[in-house]
Amino acid sequence: MSRIEVQEDRCKGCLLCTTVCPVNIIVQSERFNVSGYKVAEVPEADMDKCIGCASCAMICPDVAIKVYKTPKKKGDN
Amino acid sequence: MSEMNEKLVFDKPESVIDRATHYCPGCHHGIAHRLVGELLDEMNLAEKTLMTTSIGCSVFLYNYLNVDAVEAPHGRAPAVATGVKRARPDHFVFTYQGDGDLASIGMAEIMHAANRGEKMSVVFVNNTVYGMTGGQMAPTTLIGQKTTTSPAGRCQATQGSPIRMSEIIASLGGVAYAARGSLDCVKNIRAAKKHLRKAFECQINGTGFGFVELLSGCPTNWKMTPIQANERIQTEMIPYFPLGVFKDISEEGGIC
Repeated sequence: MSRIEVQEDRCKGCLLCTTVCPVNIIVQSERFNVSGYKVAEVPEADMDKCIGCASCAMICPDVAIKVYKTPKKKGDN
Repeated sequence: MSEMNEKLVFDKPESVIDRATHYCPGCHHGIAHRLVGELLDEMNLAEKTLMTTSIGCSVFLYNYLNVDAVEAPHGRAPAVATGVKRARPDHFVFTYQGDGDLASIGMAEIMHAANRGEKMSVVFVNNTVYGMTGGQMAPTTLIGQKTTTSPAGRCQATQGSPIRMSEIIASLGGVAYAARGSLDCVKNIRAAKKHLRKAFECQINGTGFGFVELLSGCPTNWKMTPIQANERIQTEMIPYFPLGVFKDISEEGGIC
């Protein structure tokens, strides 16, 4: 299973990450950060769809996304 | 259990300082900074790097990259970097300039530094507009593009055509590598990083001057959303500023 972590105080809500996600799970949240930007997030229910491709992190101009990946074990789907 | 094996596969490179940038949402300077920072880390250059920064939105680059820096007057970064490199030839020297800085006021400096084949690298961020001063027309502004100083759109008859810098630089004798990349999508960002790596390698190997142009978005001055700005790069900028490598002497057998 993979997941991303958005550093919310750095996110400027440009939403470029939402355009490159191959599984379309990144959306704009209803939360504002301290700078007044509506931050990007992956809803809890969708996080297991993340494939850890790091496209969102590659395009993030504020380097606000960390990507974690768990190596697949033999026998896992 | 799975949490235990979890690996961090993408994080901020060490050379990029952990600090919020002053750039507008969707500005591609942040991506360019990260690519440079990643390469300085991967090529183990950070400790011996002397960066020469320019005037423009990237003027505060020394706040974002954790390397020694010299701030040059507007457009003069290649001239300052020439002095820096000649005084400290064992150091890695690069300039980071925008299109208003490099292609307009600094045209003489970049042309002669490239022609002399100074052993340095140039990162040229082209967003077709003067960003910091409020969106005036730049030499790279596309025909028909509306800016604060060309409110009816740039007119070829009175204002000339946008300058294609990479092609001009590639035609000069001292240049080892000249390429144009783009920062609008993941595929192009990966290619841009390869161009930057090649340009940096040219300096390390002592083969000559390395030049990389990066097409970037400026949503604020283009009066667009960041997503529309990225689409504009694809539909308007890339057709006029073709991507690719225009000169690579490592492919041609080198210069003497």
